[in-house]
Amino acid sequence: MDNSEKLALGLSGLLLVLFFGAIMYAAVAKDIDVPTCITDMDPFVTDTLFQTGPDTYELQMVARMWAFQPSTVRLPVGSTVDLYVTSQDIIHGFKVEKHNVNLMAIPGAINYMRVTFNEPGEYMYACHEFCGAAHHTMAGRFIIEEDIDEPEMDGGSL
Amino acid sequence: MGDYTFRFSKSEKRLVAVLIIIPMVLLFIGVYGGLMQTLFRAGIIQSDPFVGGDYYKGLTFHGVLNAIVFTTFFAVAFGNALIPYSLKKNLNVKVAWTSGILMLVGSVMAAIVILMGEATVLYTFYPPLKAHPLFYIGLTLLVVGSWVASANWVPMYLQWRKENEGKKTPLAVVGMFTTFIVWFIATLAVAVEILFMLLPWSLGWVDEINVMLARTLFWFFGHPLVYFWLLPAYVMYYVFMPKLAGGKLYSDMAGRLVFMMFIVFSVPVGTHHQYMDPAISSQWKLLHGIFTFAVALPSLITAFTLAASLEHAGKLKGAKGLFGWMWKLPYFKKENWFFAYLITGLIIFIFGGIGGIINASYQMNTVIHNTAWVPGHFHLTVAGPVMLAFLGGSLYLVGQFLNKTIRLKTWAMIAPYIYTIGLLIMSYGLKIGGLMGMPRRTNTGASYANPDSVLYQADWMPYIDLTVIGGSIMFVGIVIYIISFFTTVFSKSNGPEEDAVVTFPISEPLHDEPSTWLRNFKPYIIIAIILIVLSYTPVIYDVLQATYGGSLPFSPDSPVPLR
Ligand code: HEM
Ligand SMILES: [Cu+2]
Ligand SMILES: [Cu+2]
Repeated sequence: MDNSEKLALGLSGLLLVLFFGAIMYAAVAKDIDVPTCITDMDPFVTDTLFQTGPDTYELQMVARMWAFQPSTVRLPVGSTVDLYVTSQDIIHGFKVEKHNVNLMAIPGAINYMRVTFNEPGEYMYACHEFCGAAHHTMAGRFIIEEDIDEPEMDGGSL
Repeated sequence: MGDYTFRFSKSEKRLVAVLIIIPMVLLFIGVYGGLMQTLFRAGIIQSDPFVGGDYYKGLTFHGVLNAIVFTTFFAVAFGNALIPYSLKKNLNVKVAWTSGILMLVGSVMAAIVILMGEATVLYTFYPPLKAHPLFYIGLTLLVVGSWVASANWVPMYLQWRKENEGKKTPLAVVGMFTTFIVWFIATLAVAVEILFMLLPWSLGWVDEINVMLARTLFWFFGHPLVYFWLLPAYVMYYVFMPKLAGGKLYSDMAGRLVFMMFIVFSVPVGTHHQYMDPAISSQWKLLHGIFTFAVALPSLITAFTLAASLEHAGKLKGAKGLFGWMWKLPYFKKENWFFAYLITGLIIFIFGGIGGIINASYQMNTVIHNTAWVPGHFHLTVAGPVMLAFLGGSLYLVGQFLNKTIRLKTWAMIAPYIYTIGLLIMSYGLKIGGLMGMPRRTNTGASYANPDSVLYQADWMPYIDLTVIGGSIMFVGIVIYIISFFTTVFSKSNGPEEDAVVTFPISEPLHDEPSTWLRNFKPYIIIAIILIVLSYTPVIYDVLQATYGGSLPFSPDSPVPLR
């Protein structure tokens, strides 16, 4: 290897270390992480939404062919949601528009992510894993509003 | 220097030709499926006008035929050609034909059940969606056939080593063995998934399946699979391209180092496809992320070494200045049509590589996971550099092994450029759409892109339309290629078969380092195994520990399980 090659190799390695540093910074300093292994949660088969604090909620969501339960969730601005997702049948995918939430919904496992809604608006979640013939119709939305008294959800079994 | 030639037996030549020509027909069906998908997604068609069936059946044969069947055949045919040529030893034709027949029978079996609509499970075949058992058996035969083919090369190589003590193994041989070592390790996991989980379950011998475990085994295979695609293309880049450009390979050692690094880091990275999955702790996902960054390094070395080789070639032709060499390369020389397939692929790979690093970046994966960004990305890798190198290689191989002059050379030379333009447009549409939240593997035409649907997303439409435009241009590129390919196949051969010899454009190294520490595969295989055990034991443990209940099989058409 001549010097130019050694230089290229060194710079390439440095670039990757730099990128990796950015990942670690986001994970440690900004607490932005990927889903992890959840073992302290009992399996659930129906959806529920309940308030756990002044601005915090827990939502248990069930994906099935071909709907999310619930399909509409109405919450006040500033809500933080502990979101648990599972599937009742085959694999589905769940991603909330404009938010860093992206979860695979897999039968036999519970997935978890926390999300905060700071802006009013409607945020769609479309199923993003092939789940059969009507996969493309499987979607729901969060509706985040300025003044609402009661959080509510539709299209679920509540 | 005259080019070295090698005399293959009649039977060997016929085998290589069969392994290229039959999959080419399957590839054309697959690519046709790709064009239909773009039309489905824009709402232009609602069912496939020729093959029948819905979007997802098309997507299944598109993925399986293009990405699994065609690529595997090409890798085997390429090895069957390049290894005997480089080692100056003939194949054991009985074994080689056995492997070819296993692969053909398996692929045709899988293709038939897919086209019958009995295996609409996409190329990842995640349970609990269930395919016809013949789908799983077909894939198994394809894989076993490829194992047999590579096992056939091992005694040839050992014999060569004995006869050539102290000599460096030809780089082409190192590259092909690397390809198949990675493939062998990877396919062990999918063999376990298919033989011990999917097949008995699809036959009804066992009721339930652990979906997360099957998925994890799939991705143990799924990521190294992409290197199995990429490595034969790298062989062409390192071994053929410098010579085709009129120069030499800048560093022989860089090539050897790159291949060994792929052996070490290809496998312990699969969980980066499962960043968004439950039941795997995030620290193990991070570990796989670290190894993924390690496996980016050989590709960066490759980018440098190839650019340096091309610069050297340009300077030999009188190029001046820092970037003058770029204008001296044989881009549009019809006699040098093969170069066009490799240079277009390299240009595309700049974008493919950047996208890959973005995907691998742990939390950043949240933004793009399973959105249309992902097919946008991998068309810039497997459907870009890999496909173009394989198409160029296929045309070269049929010319050599059928003893024919390439016909319609201008068409053959221009096809990769047309394809590249279409590809860049289509991938741009998919990637931006993905960033806006457009899901992948989704027939948007029936919902998100349908103005009458409550789900209609007006702001996605320009990007969906771009994929139609880009996809159509890609299809035109492939049609032009196919015309040149089959015109060559059906043309008259250049004289009697007995006299025909085969040659490859093998580059000489500019810097030919002794690289004694890179001469033996064994230490690298051992390191790879250690890393695999370290990185996968905790993942499998988590999965087994955090999942509950098993899954009954489902068909894609009903929410009620099949049993
Ligand atoms: C004319 C050429 C092509 C066009 C127009 C095309 C178009 C597409 C489109 C629109 C999708 C679907 C995206 C989605 O719904 O997620 C797709 C998926 C895919 N394509 Fe292509 N493609 C072409 C060539 C190729 C080639 C040559 C390969 C070779 C490896 C390839 C491999 C794949 C794979 C593996 C998938 C993913 C399937 C899945 O998600 O299950 N494509 N392609
Ligand atoms: Cu779905
Ligand atoms: Cu990967």
